[in-house]
Amino acid sequence: MSQTLLQVKDLKVAYGGIHAVKGINLEIKQGELVALIGANGAGKTTTLKTLIGMVKPSDGEIMFNGKSTAKLHAYDYVRHGLVLVPEGRGIFSRLTVEENLQMGAYVRDDKAEVAADLERVYGLFPRLKERYKQLAGTLSGGEQQMVAIGRAMMSRPKLLLLDEPSMGLAPIIVQKIFEIIRMIAAEGVTMLLVEQNAKLALQTANRGYVMESGHVTLADSAANLLANEAIQKAYLGE
Amino acid sequence: MDIFLQQIINGLVVGSIYALIALGYTMVYGIMQLINFAHGEIVMIGAMVTITCINLLIGAGINLPGPLLLLAGLLMAIPVSMLLGFAIERIAYRPLRRAPRLAPLITAIGVSIVLQQAAMLIWGRNYRPFPAILPTEVHDFFGAAITDLQVAIVVLALLLMGGLFFLIERTKLGRAMRATSQNPEVAGLMGVNINTIISMTFMIGSALGAMAGVMVAANYDQAHAYMGSLIGLKAFTAAVLGGIGNLAGAVVGGILLGLIESMCAGYLSSSYKDVFAFVVLIGVLVFRPSGLLGERVADRA
Ligand SMILES: Nc1ncnc2c1ncn2[C@@H]1O[C@H](COP(=O)(O)OP(=O)(O)O)[C@@H](O)[C@H]1O
Ligand SMILES: [Mg+2]
Repeated sequence: MSQTLLQVKDLKVAYGGIHAVKGINLEIKQGELVALIGANGAGKTTTLKTLIGMVKPSDGEIMFNGKSTAKLHAYDYVRHGLVLVPEGRGIFSRLTVEENLQMGAYVRDDKAEVAADLERVYGLFPRLKERYKQLAGTLSGGEQQMVAIGRAMMSRPKLLLLDEPSMGLAPIIVQKIFEIIRMIAAEGVTMLLVEQNAKLALQTANRGYVMESGHVTLADSAANLLANEAIQKAYLGE
Repeated sequence: MDIFLQQIINGLVVGSIYALIALGYTMVYGIMQLINFAHGEIVMIGAMVTITCINLLIGAGINLPGPLLLLAGLLMAIPVSMLLGFAIERIAYRPLRRAPRLAPLITAIGVSIVLQQAAMLIWGRNYRPFPAILPTEVHDFFGAAITDLQVAIVVLALLLMGGLFFLIERTKLGRAMRATSQNPEVAGLMGVNINTIISMTFMIGSALGAMAGVMVAANYDQAHAYMGSLIGLKAFTAAVLGGIGNLAGAVVGGILLGLIESMCAGYLSSSYKDVFAFVVLIGVLVFRPSGLLGERVADRA
């Protein structure tokens, strides 16, 4: 059915002497929701940061939409449809909710459509509409995560990278955030979802990769990973 | 003569000039946590270029009304200062963006000395009188004296501040500037070119500085190559007083410092008025390092 949107070949990333990613391969097709799971320190955040140009790889190749991203500046990625919801949310705490969302549309000139997308995001997150004038730093953790996701949606991403959207949130809010992730997926947005909450991530995703100390050790359908005994033991707490 | 009212007027005039310059310090600090000590020299060069330009026009026999000559001088000085601000950031600060904090600070002091010496080579060591092109008529204002120039300075400064606040609070560029100052990395993810934002910040601050420099020169009837140090240090004091990094703080701090100074000059001693500014600086740093409107900042500065 669908074409490859992201292709990562033999990607290596090091911070000084620390090798955080040691040669991984990933492939994401248009319309997929792919989970990337693994223990703390496995290299998941580093992988996402490299995909979005915040960290430069020491080796390997990243092809997005058939083109290498090697020459892009960090601020170019969003124009090509790649956007990250960073670990810890990275909201602009002294900007209002609406200003945060508008920052997501920073590179867009189509004012009328931006306004329509703003309404769409408020449709996904009615809580944000109620608080649109409030400083984002005064929101609860769950609401801030909504701001971060809504802001990313404002750029009309082709590939949305999510880094631990459930981190630090109460279980009921986590459910809410994952509901939203499913709704966004249903709209046809391709996603790469990094999660500590492996069970929920695999229940939501089509496919998954498992990362261990810088390597991808398993790649399979989400259903197979959920049924895998080793995975159940290591990540699903069963 | 009403001394109190007179000193309020004088304080407001000087204070609004301090505020304009303090905005330049605080904008740069807000976006890159750098104290741009060369900003005072930008102010000086704005004044010097304007004076030179007016003198050249007068020398060439161009007999425009005073305010138009002044405008012509400003139209020359503003772009020169903006270009200089842009170049300073590009050449001296950008290569040190990731260096330890002390490196750009020392560089800033170095740039300031270089500019001061360059100005001395160009304009000499002596005071340059401000050309006598503006009306000097003194009006009576409830027993105090006020000139058209003083009114013009305060009005123009308020307009410029209003314009800056509109830009920062209401435009897409301003929103990107605020976002960059809060979280440059994430602003980059949103497509903001941080280098462009930083350059814009330097140029806007320098334009305000140049206009403030002309106000200083017109208000005191003179300018000289060393004027940047003192006026820069006072405006920096104003920025710290208001809370460095905070735009409203720069305005409040500037006007307050102007008023404190002129009150001290009026009631205590005018020969020590410059000292009061530094007493204020030390007092703020000791008792309230975050300034009147600022957040905690002591660890950064
Ligand atoms: N900025 C950095 N400098 C040095 N080492 C880092 C940095 N960021 C991450 N690391 C190291 O890289 C490895 C992978 O980290 P990370 O990608 O954050 O893992 P994860 O997101 O899977 O928890 C860890 O060993 C971590 O300590
Ligand atoms: Mg991580």
